[in-house]
Amino acid sequence: MKRILIMLLLGIGVILTCGIFLKPQKMTGLKLCSTCPPGFELTDSNQCKLRSLYQLYESGKGNEPGVGGLRTALPEVRDGFTPQQIDLGRYLFFDPVLSGNQTVSCASCHQPDKGFSDGLKTSVGISHKPLKRAAPSLWNVAFLKKFFWDARAKTLEEQMTGPLYSADEMGTTREQLLKTLNGIGLYRDLFSQAFPDKKSDDIVLNEVYLAIAAFESSLISLNSRYDQYAHGYHEALTKNEIEGLNVFRSFVARCAECHTPPLFTNQQVAVIGLAEPDRSFDSGAARVFHDSTLRGAFKVPSLRNAALTAPYSHSGRFEKLEDMISFYTKGRGHEVPATEELHIHWHIWEPGLSSHEISLLSDFIKTLSDESFKPQVPEILPSGIRLKNKLSTRLVSSVSNIK
Amino acid sequence: MKLFLKVVVALVLFGGGIYLGKVFFGRSKNIPAPVPSYFNGDGASASDSAAMGAGTVTGKIFEIKPGHSIQAAVGQANPGDLIRIYPGVYHETVYIDKDNISLQGVIENGEWPILDGEKKMNDAILYSGNGTLIENIKITNYKGNGIMGQAGNNYVIRNNWIVDTGVYGIFPQFGKNGLVERNILTGIEDAAIYIGMCDNVDVRFNEVYGNVAGIEIENSRHALVEYNYTHNNTGGILAFLTPGLPIKTCFDVIIRNNYVLNNNTKNFGAVGSTVSHIPKGTGVLIMAADDVTIENNIIMGNENSGITITDYTNAGVNHANDPESEPNADRITLLDNFMDKNGSDPIDEIKLLMKMKLSKKGLDIIAVGGGEGSCILNPDRYVTFGVDKYLTCKASDTHAVKTYLLAKPVAPRQTTVAEKGKMTYYGVCSGCHAYNTRLVGPPVVMVQAVYKSNPKGIVDFITNPVHKREDYPEMPPQNYLSPETRQAVAEYMLSITK
Repeated sequence: MKRILIMLLLGIGVILTCGIFLKPQKMTGLKLCSTCPPGFELTDSNQCKLRSLYQLYESGKGNEPGVGGLRTALPEVRDGFTPQQIDLGRYLFFDPVLSGNQTVSCASCHQPDKGFSDGLKTSVGISHKPLKRAAPSLWNVAFLKKFFWDARAKTLEEQMTGPLYSADEMGTTREQLLKTLNGIGLYRDLFSQAFPDKKSDDIVLNEVYLAIAAFESSLISLNSRYDQYAHGYHEALTKNEIEGLNVFRSFVARCAECHTPPLFTNQQVAVIGLAEPDRSFDSGAARVFHDSTLRGAFKVPSLRNAALTAPYSHSGRFEKLEDMISFYTKGRGHEVPATEELHIHWHIWEPGLSSHEISLLSDFIKTLSDESFKPQVPEILPSGIRLKNKLSTRLVSSVSNIK
Repeated sequence: MKLFLKVVVALVLFGGGIYLGKVFFGRSKNIPAPVPSYFNGDGASASDSAAMGAGTVTGKIFEIKPGHSIQAAVGQANPGDLIRIYPGVYHETVYIDKDNISLQGVIENGEWPILDGEKKMNDAILYSGNGTLIENIKITNYKGNGIMGQAGNNYVIRNNWIVDTGVYGIFPQFGKNGLVERNILTGIEDAAIYIGMCDNVDVRFNEVYGNVAGIEIENSRHALVEYNYTHNNTGGILAFLTPGLPIKTCFDVIIRNNYVLNNNTKNFGAVGSTVSHIPKGTGVLIMAADDVTIENNIIMGNENSGITITDYTNAGVNHANDPESEPNADRITLLDNFMDKNGSDPIDEIKLLMKMKLSKKGLDIIAVGGGEGSCILNPDRYVTFGVDKYLTCKASDTHAVKTYLLAKPVAPRQTTVAEKGKMTYYGVCSGCHAYNTRLVGPPVVMVQAVYKSNPKGIVDFITNPVHKREDYPEMPPQNYLSPETRQAVAEYMLSITK
């Protein structure tokens, strides 16, 4: 394994043919990638369309896409961006120039090496203050219809205006963002590559949003060992992991009722009855939908790559998968403060899982890890800001991920 | 039930108004109710299991006797195989993640094969494959479900005997085209037969007794519930649209020709479950479901009421709301039914309604909450509350609907080989092999140069890779792809041009 890694590192010099700086010392002439990221086919109209083995299951038309079972089609995907838009989005995503004081990028809280989360209980923005909620993973957001823990945004574009313009997160303004980007010649050039039909010479906000959404939508993780099992190769999982799958989908644990395959979320909001030990109660989706029955309701997160995104829950309360799972077996409403009257989801009950079953569940959830399509971190950013962590991490971890 | 009480009091006042209105103006008999589209009966015909794609044995037959493992046989079985289980006791969880597997119990001299979870195991049988047949098995003492399907289509579950298997007895979920017939179920703490988020299902000739709910159709479409004997449950037959689930509709349900008798068992549902809110003595309960027809049932001796129709708010269920879920029971069609001796010991809220109506006879039918387009035939045959606003049904029967099973099975989940090659290349291989740029492995153009018109060479290599290129890492074997898929992807890789 060591030998492989060394060879990979030696090989990096010749790897980057996409987004390579032709004259890096002058920071000019950056050319955006003209091929699609892994998982996407380039069409004749220069669009990247997702291709997945799960699309083979669309032919049966038997089941509602995306809502459970092993061989179920995926929900409708957001794809069709051009390679150039995706690549531009990649630069923007990693570039701290987007923030008010140029210290925080999207990738600060959505780090590729941490399952596109940040390993913190709750995230920290430019103000260095802990924020209200944990950073959700971005894997497979191309399939999601609701964003934020409280489901308050319907599109990625709408979502990203939250952190961008929040004073505590990225702390910029629309005016400042446009001024900054339009002041960087390289970005002006890249935007005209990504949007060849653009009417104005200036960069506009919708182009920024679209490019970042394009990049985020390219983060596909559907090649885990679980997927190999689902597609019919039953040797892909160990005996313990299959037992874990059976606990997962059993009606005792009921995990699969809300964390429905193939995405391992049913994209609903649910009240599971978590307390907030060190702070005031988070009303969750109740505020968004103006509905008190949704007090304490949060979006069901996908479990894909969950092994990489500890700590868990909207407030990052649980260090390990086993801790999070244990919450569900301690009884319906066991944490709910006396002052709260919550409409806890009916699947939350007291399953009485044994510690063995909890460890089986954790074993199974770990089979949902797949980073084989992890994108490369840009070597150099158009803003000229230097990334602390320059080395492409994708190659190393995708090799170590192979079983 | 607090909420229920509040709303019922409001309804009593409102209902009183309607009652007076009826006295003065009479029933609006001449306005025809909308006729649900299924009364046209566009060519549906009864199917047997073979026509459904289940139980067609084309392969091997496994004979399983006590001491053998059923799961071991499932592991070896291929689509089209039959696993016969002989009398005796088996302690296992059987899971079927393959298509067209049949499990058939063999009953000899009245001795059944018994799956016994000893109150330690979660589920008896889990399946996700299409064309699953499960018959003639006695299942008991599990904690979760007797039989649970997840997205398996064309399923047949029949002639099983299910006693105390925890939450649900028979629970197909996300399945299309299924038949649940001639099963006997008792001692289930939620629904004995629970059709959840399914389409096109017939539930017939089953006996369900001593459960919290007998038969529940939830967030499902095109369900026919007929010739069942549901007695001594807390509630007999239910059709629900439950909020907070990914499927947001429940419609086109026919409940006909069933016996719904004496469903007066004390509710022993788990705290927080939907069915834990059902009052004992509930015959038929419709909550927020649409286009439900109730016809020719014998509904007797249910102490709360014979038929209850409610919107979501009045149901007294304590779930969070769902903005995407329409809460009213619309277009309910109550055709002729035989109803008697219902409502003799109802919950307090209903007692109040009876006082309002100065009725000493219990209620056969109670309709509360919002909803539109509902109708009833011959309402004077029953003691009713809240159906005064119902129109007179235009339809008199559902004879045109013989079955809701599909005329042809749902197609298998397979596509052309070319598509398989493409999906596999982009879905799996492209993580390491781009067309003409280097990722982890050599680019496709380099592979094409070596193997030109030799896809088999690629198949052999990816099945058993050897380390060829010093400057690239060794490729892991791709034997998790089926041989057919490996061939397809090899051919596809040789064909691509960008």
